[in-house]
Amino acid sequence: MSGGPGASALTPGRLLETVGAWLLGILWALPLAYAVWTAFHPGEFSTHFVLSAPLTLGNFWAGWAAAPFARYFLNTTLLVAMILAGQLVLCTLAAYAFARFAFAGRAAAFLLVLVQLMIMPDVLIVENYRTMSHLGILDTLGAIGLPYMASAFGIFLLRQTFKTVPKELDEAARVEGAGALETLWRVYVPLARPVYIAYGLVSVSYHWNNFLWPLIVTNSVQSRPLTVGLQVFSSTDQGVDWSIITAATLMTSAPLLVAFLIFQRQFVQSFMRAGIR
Amino acid sequence: MLRRGWRLAVGALSVNSSGWRVHVEGWLLLLPAAVLLVAFTHYPAAATLYHSFFSNPKPGRPPVWVGADNYRAMLEDPVFWQVLGNNVWFALGTIPVSIALALLMAVWVNGRIPGRWFLRLSFFTPTVLPMIAVANIWLFFYTPGYGLLEQITGLLGLPSHNWLGSRSTALGCLVVVTVWKEAGFFMIFYLAALQSLSPHLAEAAALMGASPWYFFRRVTFPLLMPTTLFVLVNAVINSFRLVDHIVVMTKGGPDNATALLLYYIYDVGFKFWDQAYAAALTLVLLLILATVALGQFVLLDRRVHYR
Amino acid sequence: MIARLFACLLLAALCAGVTPVAAQAPVDLTFYYPVAVGGPVTKIIDGLAADFEKENPGIRVKPIYAGTYQETIVKVLTALKSGEPPQMSVLLSTDMFTLIDEDAIVPFDEMATTADDRAWLKRFFPAFMLNSQTGGKTWGIPFQRSTIVLYWNKEAFKEAGLDPNRPPATWVEQVEYARKLTKHDAGGNVTQWGLEVPSSGFPYWLFQGFTTQNDVLLMNQGGNETYFDKPAVVEALQYWVDLSVKHKVMPTGIIEWGTTPKDFFERKTAMMWTTTGNLTNVKNNAKFEFGVAMLPAGKRRGSPTGGGNFHIFKKSTPAQQAASLKFIKWITSPTRAAQWGIDTGYVAVRGDAWDTPAMKQYVAGFPAAAVARDQLQYAVAELSTHDNQRVTKALNDGLQAALTGAKTPEQAMKDAQREADRILRPYRR
Repeated sequence: MSGGPGASALTPGRLLETVGAWLLGILWALPLAYAVWTAFHPGEFSTHFVLSAPLTLGNFWAGWAAAPFARYFLNTTLLVAMILAGQLVLCTLAAYAFARFAFAGRAAAFLLVLVQLMIMPDVLIVENYRTMSHLGILDTLGAIGLPYMASAFGIFLLRQTFKTVPKELDEAARVEGAGALETLWRVYVPLARPVYIAYGLVSVSYHWNNFLWPLIVTNSVQSRPLTVGLQVFSSTDQGVDWSIITAATLMTSAPLLVAFLIFQRQFVQSFMRAGIR
Repeated sequence: MLRRGWRLAVGALSVNSSGWRVHVEGWLLLLPAAVLLVAFTHYPAAATLYHSFFSNPKPGRPPVWVGADNYRAMLEDPVFWQVLGNNVWFALGTIPVSIALALLMAVWVNGRIPGRWFLRLSFFTPTVLPMIAVANIWLFFYTPGYGLLEQITGLLGLPSHNWLGSRSTALGCLVVVTVWKEAGFFMIFYLAALQSLSPHLAEAAALMGASPWYFFRRVTFPLLMPTTLFVLVNAVINSFRLVDHIVVMTKGGPDNATALLLYYIYDVGFKFWDQAYAAALTLVLLLILATVALGQFVLLDRRVHYR
Repeated sequence: MIARLFACLLLAALCAGVTPVAAQAPVDLTFYYPVAVGGPVTKIIDGLAADFEKENPGIRVKPIYAGTYQETIVKVLTALKSGEPPQMSVLLSTDMFTLIDEDAIVPFDEMATTADDRAWLKRFFPAFMLNSQTGGKTWGIPFQRSTIVLYWNKEAFKEAGLDPNRPPATWVEQVEYARKLTKHDAGGNVTQWGLEVPSSGFPYWLFQGFTTQNDVLLMNQGGNETYFDKPAVVEALQYWVDLSVKHKVMPTGIIEWGTTPKDFFERKTAMMWTTTGNLTNVKNNAKFEFGVAMLPAGKRRGSPTGGGNFHIFKKSTPAQQAASLKFIKWITSPTRAAQWGIDTGYVAVRGDAWDTPAMKQYVAGFPAAAVARDQLQYAVAELSTHDNQRVTKALNDGLQAALTGAKTPEQAMKDAQREADRILRPYRR
């Protein structure tokens, strides 16, 4: 095990470690690499690995034409933006309340909020579906997003952050005559910016990739997000053309993947920050 | 204008003590989030309990009270027990392995391995992919006859195997897919924790002649315990929450060998439209999650005292 | 004030007067449909919808591809329960009882009232109407219907020393030929299987091939009784299991429906059972000469019918229902039914479609296209009961248990029958 600064010489132990780490890394990258390879080569080569096979973009065109991916992209983008916007507003307000207002029943309310960390809307599909049905908003982006907008995780994270804001700043703003909301906007929100970015990345990743609840709640192309669209498209009953399916798969993951590749450090730091208690 | 309106509202409500203001303002701030939380988490949980005691609503046949009938049927349902067993095996398969791998990956990425940017990229990338995409890719690999796995085993001279089509290996295959996706995610948390450790500890240990393995076992690992707990809880929740790969790869087959509880709930609730039975099943799921939550709370408490 | 009132009245009168003269608001129809076969089926359906809209400017038709048969019924029922069902849908013919129980669909007899319409209802193949009628009423109109057929690789037959133009005609011959066609490499691994009968997703359909050939039915006409544990049924399952376990001519475990045709193209299997709906897909992708035959006879020839019917939903306006009826009649007209059959391989659902010049020419050049139609005389209804999804799941689970060796055929079928009895009991009162 790399113990830290002590192990700097290229001992056999370190060599073994390096080789082991690299093997695992390559093994880990293999599935995605093969999927990328298949997507860029014609269908016949999806099952016969020939290094000299011709490159082609045909699979992507075929995939794009075979299902309304443009609409799916739009839906997903709108959905993710809508959820994030809702979360930012609601969680900020709630976290501010928990952090700075000693209101009656605060402890009990906070415990109830934490319940959602364990019991997510994802597992309450049957009842939430019924609720959406009663509200009459089935098959809309709102139906997909509403259960997630009050995010216990967001409230928790922001509460932690707000609690670290020095009270002097708060008092200074009050002295200048600012009310509660204005203090929030002028003092707390700017100081919590890194946390907002971190949370935003986590939220976008999660909701871009969410599948089961959108599957249940949407019916038509109008409101279908990418994940559901991909699954409907690659239904295996049709007889599968793996090149086209991997191409479509890459298309749906592309935005997040590209964003990740460019903003790697921020992504990693966001997830790290989100996990630190 | 918002400020003015707010001041007016609070002014109108408050009696002459600031105590009032704190309570009112606090609850007003909390209200929007609280409404949604109650509507989509607390109310459904309660409604699940309620609906599980009624019969299944059908057009022309409104639900009637049937007491514990749904639960009785559940206990007699062999598929239910199979599904529960699957969840246990799935958890046992994915959780220890993904946590151990995550720790290993974090240690390597944190250490002085050359080219660790590639390692970090390689380990973390599966996390940003949708599970649906991951499942499709792996479905391709597991295809008997000419999938990638078949090609590899063919090269090695091993016999062809129907990975997803045989009861003995299907669940294992799903475990592999889940570990591939999750390990990188947990690695990040370990990485954060490792980077927050003081380097002086390692220096001191080296000076005292402790081997790296000893140092890891007696110092690093215990200090990582809070992270391990956090990751453990996350992993457990995920093992109950993530069923996307089942929908794509096996649809619960063969013969329910890969059906997990949430997937069974989906089948019963949205394929058979037996909402009453689905409610009973959901309650079991909620109880399991609540137990895990309680367990974490208790353990966390102990840790706090330990610290 | 008075002037304003007068102006309003005038405006209202103008509007009222103008409306009947102006074109009527278009009728909007949506329908969900599944695809279970390879090929550009969604494009064909979109093309048909566009053609219909051209000929009928007052009606807008929107087809929505919804995945597999099972996914489509889920989506349709979800839409129904949310209060916004589509106006029509192509659904597995066997979902008829479920749709009736959910009070979702309208029988065609209520809408097809003219003498012309009644004649139209009678023109479909009787075999396809078995899963479309109950209680003396017609609930579904056949559209993408099929039977199982046997595809065989003529080149592989030649290599194995078999007559490439003679497919196996009996169960015994099927095993014999498959044995000769199964090839091994030096290490003892199989490089080419003799036969593949898929068992993923809906193995009950392929199982009905075996049971019909063994001269036994799986359910009653009323859809509330099943006979899974009859000895003849267990016998049929034993034959299927033996193919992989005893004779070793078929891969063990579950064989995936979607990859079976690809296995055929890749020569991983010399013969396969799959729907005739895959015919055009096979024709376009098999790079060798192949044949299509009726399934081999056990005690008799036989196959279940399969595929989807059009249904019209109750929750639509009379104008929409009339428009839906128009569309369904249009899409099942002889020329179009024939074209659909040519483009996919599904059986053109009415006799006179086979007499159209286009179809006659096609069959003359490609006799394989008529095999499924000829097999209709031996066809039986597909398994269809109340609470259909649940009952078929019980049977599917049992079949998969037997095929993976987890249970003996007898035990598997007994358990399936017990489960089916439990589910169907409320429907027997």
